[in-house]
Amino acid sequence: MMHSTLNCADAEALQSLNSENTVLEVENLCVDFKVRGKIVHILSNISFNLSRGETLGIIGESGCGKSMTALALMRMVPSPPGWISAGRILMGDENLTQLSTKRMRTVRGRQISMIFQEPMTSLNPVYTVGNQIAETIRCHKDRNRSQALEEAVEMLRVVQIPNPERLVREYPHQLSGGMRQRVMIAMALACEPKVLIADEPTTALDVTIQAQIFDLLKEIQEARGTCIILITHDFGAVAEMADRVMVMYAGHKIEEGTVEEIRNDARHPYTKGLLQCMPEIKVDIGENRERLPEIPGTVPDLLRGLSGCPFAPRCPFTMLKCKELPPSFDLGNKRSVKCWLVRGDTYVKESA
Amino acid sequence: MKENILISVDDLKVHFKIRRSSIFGHRPTLYAVDGVSFDISRGQALGLVGESGCGKSTTGLALLRLVEPTNGKVYFDGIDLLSLEAEPLRAMRRRMQIIFQDPYSSLNPRQAAGNIVRDPLDIQGVGNPYEREARVSELFSLVGLGERQKALFPHQFSGGQRQRICIARALALNPDFIVCDEPVSALDVAIQAQILNLLCKLRDELGLTYLFISHDLAVVQHICDQVAVMYLGTIVEKTDCRNLFRNPRHPYTQALLASVPSQSLMKKKAKRIRAQGDIPNPINRPPGCYYHTRCTYTKEECKMEKPELAEKIPGHWVACHL
Repeated sequence: MMHSTLNCADAEALQSLNSENTVLEVENLCVDFKVRGKIVHILSNISFNLSRGETLGIIGESGCGKSMTALALMRMVPSPPGWISAGRILMGDENLTQLSTKRMRTVRGRQISMIFQEPMTSLNPVYTVGNQIAETIRCHKDRNRSQALEEAVEMLRVVQIPNPERLVREYPHQLSGGMRQRVMIAMALACEPKVLIADEPTTALDVTIQAQIFDLLKEIQEARGTCIILITHDFGAVAEMADRVMVMYAGHKIEEGTVEEIRNDARHPYTKGLLQCMPEIKVDIGENRERLPEIPGTVPDLLRGLSGCPFAPRCPFTMLKCKELPPSFDLGNKRSVKCWLVRGDTYVKESA
Repeated sequence: MKENILISVDDLKVHFKIRRSSIFGHRPTLYAVDGVSFDISRGQALGLVGESGCGKSTTGLALLRLVEPTNGKVYFDGIDLLSLEAEPLRAMRRRMQIIFQDPYSSLNPRQAAGNIVRDPLDIQGVGNPYEREARVSELFSLVGLGERQKALFPHQFSGGQRQRICIARALALNPDFIVCDEPVSALDVAIQAQILNLLCKLRDELGLTYLFISHDLAVVQHICDQVAVMYLGTIVEKTDCRNLFRNPRHPYTQALLASVPSQSLMKKKAKRIRAQGDIPNPINRPPGCYYHTRCTYTKEECKMEKPELAEKIPGHWVACHL
């Protein structure tokens, strides 16, 4: 509670400043899937916003809804079986959830675009790299074929590919993994989108290449003021790249805050557990190797239908109140936590 | 100290002849592992780190002769593995096992978990059927699985539980030595911690020796005593775990460490060392030091002559001209 009262006036000033700068605003976004005749809530009431030039990291275990959030923002939820059941995605003065399919096509790539996890499967193997980038450009801008190809070369130069004139004529299989991911980034940035969603952009790459890609993303962001949503399961990557972090679990946003707040003052038991169980490189290791703290159990099966707090079965602080789903407690300054403990509910061990 | 060495690898080479580009062309050679030497003492864990394609996994497979090495010597407890015939080798396999990376593809989907774990016992003909069944139950509880789960099939388990089955299978014959080939890379962080703790616990309880192959330096630091860094089929740096992270000598190791995104802000300000470009092709390797194409400190000498792995400081082996 200290944080919110400390600089209340500052926070308010910042808030009003932020609202002008807001590029993307997501309110109570819900995605449902129909599986074997049963409705499953894949995303429940996700809300967040993005200011200009900001990087938001989304972390969580696999199956917690990170990628689905990204797909929902792009209106690419696989349908059937899924659909956006509630909520608004505001960008400029448009609500993306209400747009027609045709209008949405102009938004994708131009306003908001995405880099996928696996660069090999997201590039078309039978078209040259140049062709694929030029296609994006020609969709959104009034260019003829040769102009678009020239722009494609320019884009490849921006993503620091050596010898781009030759590379535009090559096919994806002729490139290494790092190069392919650069091509994906070039394609995503070709029409200068306001928001770039990077869905685990480096999971398939080696660490040395990952570092190169992160450096590149940061440079581009600085030069163009693009917002980045970085989806990852690696808190190290988030700490290096992001300004703010959103932690997800079982389709819920359970905590949000700046990188420093999450690292030093995580409030949700899941966030705490997640951060502790990641081994980190230390310059000096102690004499005795300590045991890694672990979170017992596994991610809940959404098919079963959950009642109450989704983390309760694995949480060390479960109390009776946890049978009810906690609301997202707003601690001010875009900091929120979805846990009863924050309200100061005394921890009463369940007797039954 | 010397008599305590369980595995000794000397100048191990694995070369693959690959398909010729035209029918009259010669068959190019892929140098997957090219002259790797190391020792592992009993009860210790050696970490083998490097990028993909650097020959880590091939080294692990060649140690167990799951891939036939082209050249070199592997001594397991003083016995030369590479000269063994099929029958004695099969007997030796009791003492060395492997855990694979992907727990989804390394378990037979049509076999129940209990049968999977019992397989090695059946193959080696250990005890009578009742004893084998009892051993399976013992193994299940050892790796933290329930007795009831013996009858379930792999698809009914989560990733972490499948990896526990793989570990139980590897432990079935009471081996001395286990090759862990990226055992946690396919798992979620929360599950990864569970499996790492299990591996540590088993080592302490059963006195196992590990060759731990991983690309994740943080995991290696957590579990290993010795670390060898591989690059393009050769070891570029080899020392104990503590030394490597405190004082990395080879530019590649430095770049590798600097590339790992870190939670601590301190490192952000430190000078970033980056490996430039991509890993070269193991068919056409660059002359001289293999790393010179990506190194920040390349000198003329590096392009001409390949540096040998030498003990620069006692216990700290580096292959670099600098």
